Amino acid sequence: MKKLNLKFLKREKKMKGKSGKRLNRSLYGDIILFTFLFIFGLFSAWPMIFVINNAFKPLNEILLFPPKLFVKNPTFDNFRDMFVLMNNSWVPFSRYLFNTLFITIVGTVGSVFISSLAAFPLAKYNFPGSKLMSKMIVYSLMFSSAVTGIPSYIIISRLQMLDTFWAILIPTFGTTLGLYLMQNFMSQIPTDLIESAKMDGAGEFKIYWKIIMPLARPAWLTLVILQFQNLWGNTGGTYIYEEKLKPLSYALSQIVNAGVARTGVAAAVTLLMLVVPLSVFIISQSNVIETMATSGIKE
Amino acid sequence: MEQVANNKPLTKRQILWKNIKLNKTKYLMVAPFMLCFFLFTFLPVVLAMIISFTNFNMLEWPDFVGFTNYINLLFKDDIFLIAIKNTLIIAFITGPISYLLCFVLAWLINELKKPLRVFLTVVFYAPSISGNAYLIWKLIFSSDLYGYANSILIDMGIISEPILWLANANYIIWILILVQLWLSLGVSFLSFIAGLQNVDRTLYEAGAIDGIRNRWQELWYITLPSMKPQLLFGAVMQITSSFAVGSVSIEMAGLPSTEYAGHTILTHLIDYGSTRYEMGYASAIATVLFLTMIFANLVVQKLLRRVGN
Repeated sequence: MKKLNLKFLKREKKMKGKSGKRLNRSLYGDIILFTFLFIFGLFSAWPMIFVINNAFKPLNEILLFPPKLFVKNPTFDNFRDMFVLMNNSWVPFSRYLFNTLFITIVGTVGSVFISSLAAFPLAKYNFPGSKLMSKMIVYSLMFSSAVTGIPSYIIISRLQMLDTFWAILIPTFGTTLGLYLMQNFMSQIPTDLIESAKMDGAGEFKIYWKIIMPLARPAWLTLVILQFQNLWGNTGGTYIYEEKLKPLSYALSQIVNAGVARTGVAAAVTLLMLVVPLSVFIISQSNVIETMATSGIKE
Repeated sequence: MEQVANNKPLTKRQILWKNIKLNKTKYLMVAPFMLCFFLFTFLPVVLAMIISFTNFNMLEWPDFVGFTNYINLLFKDDIFLIAIKNTLIIAFITGPISYLLCFVLAWLINELKKPLRVFLTVVFYAPSISGNAYLIWKLIFSSDLYGYANSILIDMGIISEPILWLANANYIIWILILVQLWLSLGVSFLSFIAGLQNVDRTLYEAGAIDGIRNRWQELWYITLPSMKPQLLFGAVMQITSSFAVGSVSIEMAGLPSTEYAGHTILTHLIDYGSTRYEMGYASAIATVLFLTMIFANLVVQKLLRRVGN
C-alpha cells in the first residue's frame, strides 16, 4: 500500500501543471468518449467557422444559396468597406468605441466587485436577513425578463437615469446570476481558513480581498466572461437616445441596415463584434484552469 | 439596580438588534449589491406581479381586475394549455439531458492538457457567443431541396418529396428540442468547468488508496460530492433555460407556429406582451411560469441532495 502511494505521488508530481490525467483510465472508455467529443464539437464549431469565413467572402459568395461554409476567394473588401463607412459617420467612430469600452469595462469590473463583495457574507455567514436575501436572489432568476422591462423602464426614468450610462451600468451591478454563481463557489471555501485569518487579526474586508477573491477566481472569471459578452453587445436599447452616447454595436448595426448591398459589411461587422468577447473568453478560460495549483491552500 | 436590569433576559427584538449591530460589516458589504438588486431586479418583479392583477395596455392607467387574468389564462385560454403541454415536454426532455451533457462534456474536457482544453471549451461555447446560432439549423431543416436534411434523405431514397420540416406540426417540437439541446452549453457548462478545476486533487490520491477502481466510482464518490454547489447552480440555470424556451421557437418555427406546435409559455407571453400590448395578461403568464419554475427547483434540489450517497 505504501509503495503504491509513493508511486502515485511521484506520478502526480510529474503530471502537475501539464495534464490532469490520473490513474484508473481504460482505453476503450477513452476512445468512445473522445469520438463523442469530436462529433459534438463539429456541430458546435460550425457557427463560428461560418462567421469567420463569411467576413472574407466576396459578395457573390456570401449571397450564394445554399451558403458554403468555407471561403473560396478570400478578400479584405468587406473590412475596407466597413472602415470607409465608419469614417463617414457624423459622430466619430472613436466616440462609439469609447462608449462601449467605458460601459463594458466599468460594468464588468463593477459587477464583479460589487457582487463578490456581497456574495462572501451571504455564502459564509448567518446573520439576520441573510437567508431571506439569498432566497430572493435565487427566485428572481426565475422571473421572465420579458415583462420586467416596462417596470424597469419606469424606475430608470423616474430616477432620471435615461440617456446616461448609469441606466445600463447600475442594473448590471444588480445582476443576480453572477452573485448566485459566486455565492455557490464561495460556500466551498473552508471555514477554518476564515477563522484562522480572524485569529491573526484580519478584518472582513481583508479576508475578502486576501483569501476569498483569490480562491473564488474560477467563479469571478466566469462572471467576467458573461458580463463582458452582455455589455459588449449592448445597443443601449430603450435607455439611451443621445447619438453621442450610443454604443458601438448600435452604430455598427446602423451602417449594416441598408439593404443587400451591405451584406458584405455586415459579415465583417459580425466578425469584429465577435473577436473581442472571444479573446476575453479565451484569456479568462486559460486562467480559470489550474487556480488551485497557484492558490497555495492545497495543503 | 443596574445589575438586576442587566440580568433580565433580553427580549427577542433586543437580541435581533444586538445581532444586527454585531454584523454591521456584513450588511455594509452586502449593501451596494442589494440596493442595485432591489431597485432594478426585485422591484420590477414585484411591479410585474402587481400588474398581473390589472388590465394594462401601456397607454391608459391600469385598472385593477382581481384574478380575472389568471382565471382567463387557466380556464378559458385553450392556446395556453397547448403552450403548457409543449413547455413541459421540452423542459422534461431538454432539462435533464442538457444538464448531463454540460456535465459530461465539462468532465471530459477537464482531463485534457491545457491548450486543447481551452480550445474545446471555446468550441463548445461557440454557439453562445457567435450570434448566428440558428442559421445552421435553418439550413439543415430548410423546406426546399437545398435543405441539408431533405437533400440527404432524398439522396438515400428514403423520401421522394422534400419535407416542410418547420411547417409540419409533427416535427416542430422535436426540432426545437434538438436545437435547444445543442444550445445548452452555456453558463452551467462554464460553471462545471470552473467547479471541476476546484476539486481538491489530494482527494483523488486518497481515493486511489481507499480502493476506488475506475473513473465512474471516482466520479460518484469524489468528483460529484466535491462540486455540489456547482451542481446546484447548474440545476437552477437549467431550470430557468429549459422552462423559458422562447427565442428558439420564434426563430425556427415563427410566431405563431403551425397549429401552435412550437408554442411555449414564453412565446405566449411574448405574443401578449410585445404584439398585443396586454401587459396585465402577459404578467400573469410570467407569474405562472415563475411558480412553475419554483416548484421544479424544489423537486430538483431534493434530488440533488442524494448525490454521492
